[in-house]
Amino acid sequence: MSEKVIRRIIQDTHAFDCVECGKCTSVCPMTRHKKDFAPRLIVVKSMDSPSVEKLARERDLWACTTCGQCASMCPYKVDYTEFIRALRAEGAMLDVTPDCSQGGLLHSMMRVMAKGDLEQDRLGWAKPPLEVAEKGDIYHFTGCSRHMAQVFVGRQGIDIGSVPESAVRIMNAAGVVPAVSKSEVCCGHDLNWVGDEDNFARLVDRNVAAISATGARTVVFTCPEGLRTFSKDYPLVAEGELPFKAVHISELMVQWIKEGKLRFRETTGKVTYHDACRLGRHMGVYDPPREVLKAIPGLELAEMENIREKCLCCGVSGWISCDADTKLLQMDKLMEAKRTGADTMLTFCPKCQLHLHCAQADKVPVDRALIDIPVNDFTVFVANRLEEKG
Amino acid sequence: MEAESPSGVAGKAAPGFEPKIVAFCCNWCSYAGADLTGVSRMQYSPNIRIIRVMCSGRIEPNFVLRALELGADGVLVAGCHIGDCHYISGNKEAEKQIARTARLLEILGVDKRRLRLEWISASEGQKFANTVNAFTKEVRELGPAGYGRK
Ligand code: SF4
Ligand code: SF4
Repeated sequence: MSEKVIRRIIQDTHAFDCVECGKCTSVCPMTRHKKDFAPRLIVVKSMDSPSVEKLARERDLWACTTCGQCASMCPYKVDYTEFIRALRAEGAMLDVTPDCSQGGLLHSMMRVMAKGDLEQDRLGWAKPPLEVAEKGDIYHFTGCSRHMAQVFVGRQGIDIGSVPESAVRIMNAAGVVPAVSKSEVCCGHDLNWVGDEDNFARLVDRNVAAISATGARTVVFTCPEGLRTFSKDYPLVAEGELPFKAVHISELMVQWIKEGKLRFRETTGKVTYHDACRLGRHMGVYDPPREVLKAIPGLELAEMENIREKCLCCGVSGWISCDADTKLLQMDKLMEAKRTGADTMLTFCPKCQLHLHCAQADKVPVDRALIDIPVNDFTVFVANRLEEKG
Repeated sequence: MEAESPSGVAGKAAPGFEPKIVAFCCNWCSYAGADLTGVSRMQYSPNIRIIRVMCSGRIEPNFVLRALELGADGVLVAGCHIGDCHYISGNKEAEKQIARTARLLEILGVDKRRLRLEWISASEGQKFANTVNAFTKEVRELGPAGYGRK
């Protein structure tokens, strides 16, 4: 039974095509710090002793951040991230679950959203002068950044709570009044990556229904995880074809800038940009965020050593397996950002921001001066630099 | 006796519905208070399942969400009175945590009356019984939470 399942996953993800060149291992951020960890080893183990239960009880299946570095380098297009996800889903069916950060709080919230009849306060921030609508061609997926901000309320310097309103400010400035919905729920990214396919499917159904009811054909995301999940995972789970397409707000911003609809104030300072794995490697959105930053007059963009496909990881994905090695990864990332001399590092992913903030707040194994760079949200940063309407 | 129609929204009480309530009691005051209730042979609603924790300050938002996710209709957190905490300020931490969690429930759309914080000392057996009875009544009126369905 187990053997058949594993064989199918290996086939589906082309893991048999591997020529053992070792490129995946050489770029894997986990391999840098975790002893005996290598993406290929998980496949080898799964062939040596094909037991889903055994694999799911081991560290390695959950230690992988599914960052996609390995797959982006592999000349034979072995899809390790999907290999890991599929194996986790099999593990979940046997009730093997990982150790999640905050005791699985985010996953619990998602399951409540998947199953309950809720009177959500999802749109409490959508007050005048912000303009939103109940129906429209463009839908704004507000996501869970406010939920996460509430979990970390009181921590200094975290600005993800104002992401939804910042996105609407940008859209309004470009003359777009987006549709929003109170019945929207979490996209389900984290449940999908811990293998809880049942509750993930429930969230998919709810979101597809909520968005369809607005009549939207385009769904705009700020969050890289939402974008990835809607673009790549929803089509596999939803019944029938999705009545809308998912786009990232940075892609629309570039278009609006070109059309002269979006203008920015003169700004001083220097920023660096972190390619969140879901936006970059998973979705290939590398240039639009950089073009937006270049359109802000006076702002300087200082790139890190490793960017785009090679961008270093924030250390955790799916709210699973945050440990001492994760912290070392985060140090690598922060030191690289600090070396650019930028005043702040911007990223679209609310979780990247949280992870890196958390790493800074902890005891750190390096000189604190090497890592103390603020990490801020891209959408919020840009919205605060919009040209004032006269 | 599982009620059929799940609802997180108040005012949809199902007839014959008996809520499941998880009560986190601190080791030093409230758990001893619960003991006293039993030793004194006072009656209280059998709807609660007590989980002993060392301090009410141990209760994090995920405890509450996890209980709801697994089918609880209400969550009671009980600790020592302010000033009496065995660890000096654990219950002050609990106050903050529960407020934070209540706000999270509000954003989520879960009726925050499903979460209650009470101070019950080791000598307040009667208060323990009264609290449990009152909370059970309130949650019964709110109806089934319904987040635990398979
Ligand atoms: S997805 Fe990332 S962490 Fe996982 S094996 Fe590949 S490179 Fe390593
Ligand atoms: S990069 Fe691809 S071909 Fe090379 S070892 Fe890794 S999986 Fe095999």
